[in-house]
Amino acid sequence: MLAFLAQRLLQIIPTLILVSMLIFGLQQLLPGDPALIMAGEERDPKVLEEIREQYRLNEPIPVQYFYWMKGVLSGNLGESMRLKSSVASLVAEKLPVTLQLAAMALLIAIGIGIPAGIVSAVKKDTAWDYGANLFALWGLSTPNFWLGILMIFLFSVTLGWLPASGYVRLGENWQASLATTIMPAFVLGNALAAVLMRHTRSAMMQAMGADYVRTARAKGLHEGRVVLKHALRNAMTPVITLLALDFGTLLSGAVLTEQIFTIPGFGKLIVDSVFNRDYAVVQGVVLVTATVYISLNLLADIAYVLVNPRLRG
Amino acid sequence: MKKTIGLMAFSLVLSATVAGGAFAPAFAQGSHLRIGLAEDPDVLDPSLARTYVGRIVFASICDKLFDIDEKLAIVPQLALSHETSADGKTVTIKLRPGVKFHDGEAFDATAAKYSLDRHLTIKGSFRKPELGSVNTVDVVDPMTIRLNLKEPFSPLLAQLTDRAGMMMSPKAAEAAGDKFGLKPICAGPFKFVERVQQDRIVVEKFADYWNKDNVFIDKITYLPIVDGTVRLANLRSGGLDLIERVLATDIKTVRDNPKLKLISAVELGYQGITMNLANGAKANTPFAKDARVRRAFELSIDREALNQVVFNGEFVPGNQWISPQNFYYQQAFPIPKRDVAKAKALLKEAGVTGPVTLDFMVPNGAETKAVAEVIQSMAAEAGFDLKIRVTEFATSLKQAEDGDFQLYLIGWSGRSDPDGNSYSFQTCGSPQNNSKYCDKDVDAAHQEARSKSDPAERKKAYERVAAKFLPEGSILYIYHRRVLVALTDKVEGYKQIPDGLVRVVGVKLK
Repeated sequence: MLAFLAQRLLQIIPTLILVSMLIFGLQQLLPGDPALIMAGEERDPKVLEEIREQYRLNEPIPVQYFYWMKGVLSGNLGESMRLKSSVASLVAEKLPVTLQLAAMALLIAIGIGIPAGIVSAVKKDTAWDYGANLFALWGLSTPNFWLGILMIFLFSVTLGWLPASGYVRLGENWQASLATTIMPAFVLGNALAAVLMRHTRSAMMQAMGADYVRTARAKGLHEGRVVLKHALRNAMTPVITLLALDFGTLLSGAVLTEQIFTIPGFGKLIVDSVFNRDYAVVQGVVLVTATVYISLNLLADIAYVLVNPRLRG
Repeated sequence: MKKTIGLMAFSLVLSATVAGGAFAPAFAQGSHLRIGLAEDPDVLDPSLARTYVGRIVFASICDKLFDIDEKLAIVPQLALSHETSADGKTVTIKLRPGVKFHDGEAFDATAAKYSLDRHLTIKGSFRKPELGSVNTVDVVDPMTIRLNLKEPFSPLLAQLTDRAGMMMSPKAAEAAGDKFGLKPICAGPFKFVERVQQDRIVVEKFADYWNKDNVFIDKITYLPIVDGTVRLANLRSGGLDLIERVLATDIKTVRDNPKLKLISAVELGYQGITMNLANGAKANTPFAKDARVRRAFELSIDREALNQVVFNGEFVPGNQWISPQNFYYQQAFPIPKRDVAKAKALLKEAGVTGPVTLDFMVPNGAETKAVAEVIQSMAAEAGFDLKIRVTEFATSLKQAEDGDFQLYLIGWSGRSDPDGNSYSFQTCGSPQNNSKYCDKDVDAAHQEARSKSDPAERKKAYERVAAKFLPEGSILYIYHRRVLVALTDKVEGYKQIPDGLVRVVGVKLK
């Protein structure tokens, strides 16, 4: 197990270096001039030159990369050109928001997707199955922004139950925090639940036809126990993979959903930063997200090994 | 286990819904004003800031030496009076006594000099060009400063009604350096409390404000909500009290709602098409070289029809860098009527055959695309083939600078002095002159307008600019938007100044 872990950890280093180079290189390909977009309407050549100098925009790309990497290795992710605040503080400000939203969305997805998948597999070709499939189709084909706006009109404008947008920190007022995040979490969770339902359904169907399920039934076990204890447990491996990947995706920010509900998370930060060519912020956020994503994959790998000892090899 | 998680998720949904229902009314409070902004402001440092939306927040935290009123007249704010010398090269400003900064420091001539010097010297200051005419600032006595100019510059006072005139606490600015914008300390009616990037900016009433008797709001929260529909939904649901930049297409919704009010003013700026006349290879066309072809293009456009089709007639058609209501508008040059026959005749006269194909760069946006398409179809009737190229905004700025366009649909947010809407776009080699238009007579007329302080004399100088620039120049002015602010019926006493900023002094919440 230890050797496995060490091997996986070693693989992370070159991956991260490659990711950092990719982010840096790719965003240099973006058309537009960061100094020009920063200046906006106040375009004076002398001031533009000062900005380019201050942020080393005139230096060759490898030199810029070197300075950035040097900073990153010493724990300094750089400074936002637009806001003058440090990228690390921006990340620290947004990470809890995104984590909360991702966790809530995942809980909603699990809460809906897995039971629906199980029911659909167990009650194959019945009204339950068709209903669940219809739900999945709806979840997959409803665009987030549309569902989001509809929910705002229903729950905020018409019924007045929930604030239309904005965000309150959990520590500040947990009720208000849940009230501001429940709609975006549902919008995100809804789409995920659909995918989760389809995966759970197919994995469960496979498991239900396996020999050990027949054996379990032959032993006279209660059907509920057969489904939940024997079939579900075995069907969970692909679902865990999916969950880990989805959680990673959620952490990189739900761009449209955050924009509609004005949730100040990673997605909104990264979009604003790309449009403003605030390179340091884009680089910092992508690097942090990549690290989290890779770590989650590692955790998923560990989870497999724990679930299935044969993989320990 | 999985069942438990599912149940947890369900109970979370349920509890949050219940909590939200019970919680919603708590969002509305007595004298807490919640303002929805169309964008997230940039750094809140008067020297380093450059966005329009940032100025809306500054309006509550940083007072300026002067301000403008509803009729665009310059009125004193932190200044009491001013006097320009006969040769126009010195401006003496008397300051308001008894003013304090948010950190308790007194505002005096030394502080005013410090603020102006900081605008002029701090690295990356966007105020440098605005105050470019100022050579030195002298402290005459504790409540008087003198600005010594390099040359007479009449738009200077107008500059001091904006960020260049904002006064900062020297003690706080000195301590914070270029991080001053993270916690700005000025002398406005509200003091900065906190900012969560892209989420909110909170300010609270400043007890020692010089005009505190007219401040009736205790706290303001600015919430940037980019999507116009969602911004309005927040206003309708009671989550906000006031929103800026209502979409023209939402005007009816606001007017039809008895609980909402719509307040508007014609913007200071303009919307138009910049035509590439001399910037790079794309200017090598009859369109760029022959003013008759450009005149034909203008005659093909019906500005009023465009306004009706795209904006339900809510905006104001225009053909100059200031709106027809402005004192400096040149009545001798009215908006030309659409005349397709004349346009075709002009093209023939210029020896142009076949459709005139033009690369039309349009920054991405629903309204800009609609405007471009209407212009495209109108111009087609006269023999122009506009190839619309929708481009992301940041990219379009760079391409405009590089001359990679023939037509560029771009506007200007506007300044209170006509110089701010014209000089930097129309004179030779100026930073915003992407077309590289250059005419000595236009330059000379602009310099004269800058050197005169009498408005009537300045208007005459601008008449010379109009006579040359409107028929031959590089910008086709098309319309002026309206600054649209929507508020709930709880808000009273709100007045809209044409610069679009939200001023909260005098505003009450029922």
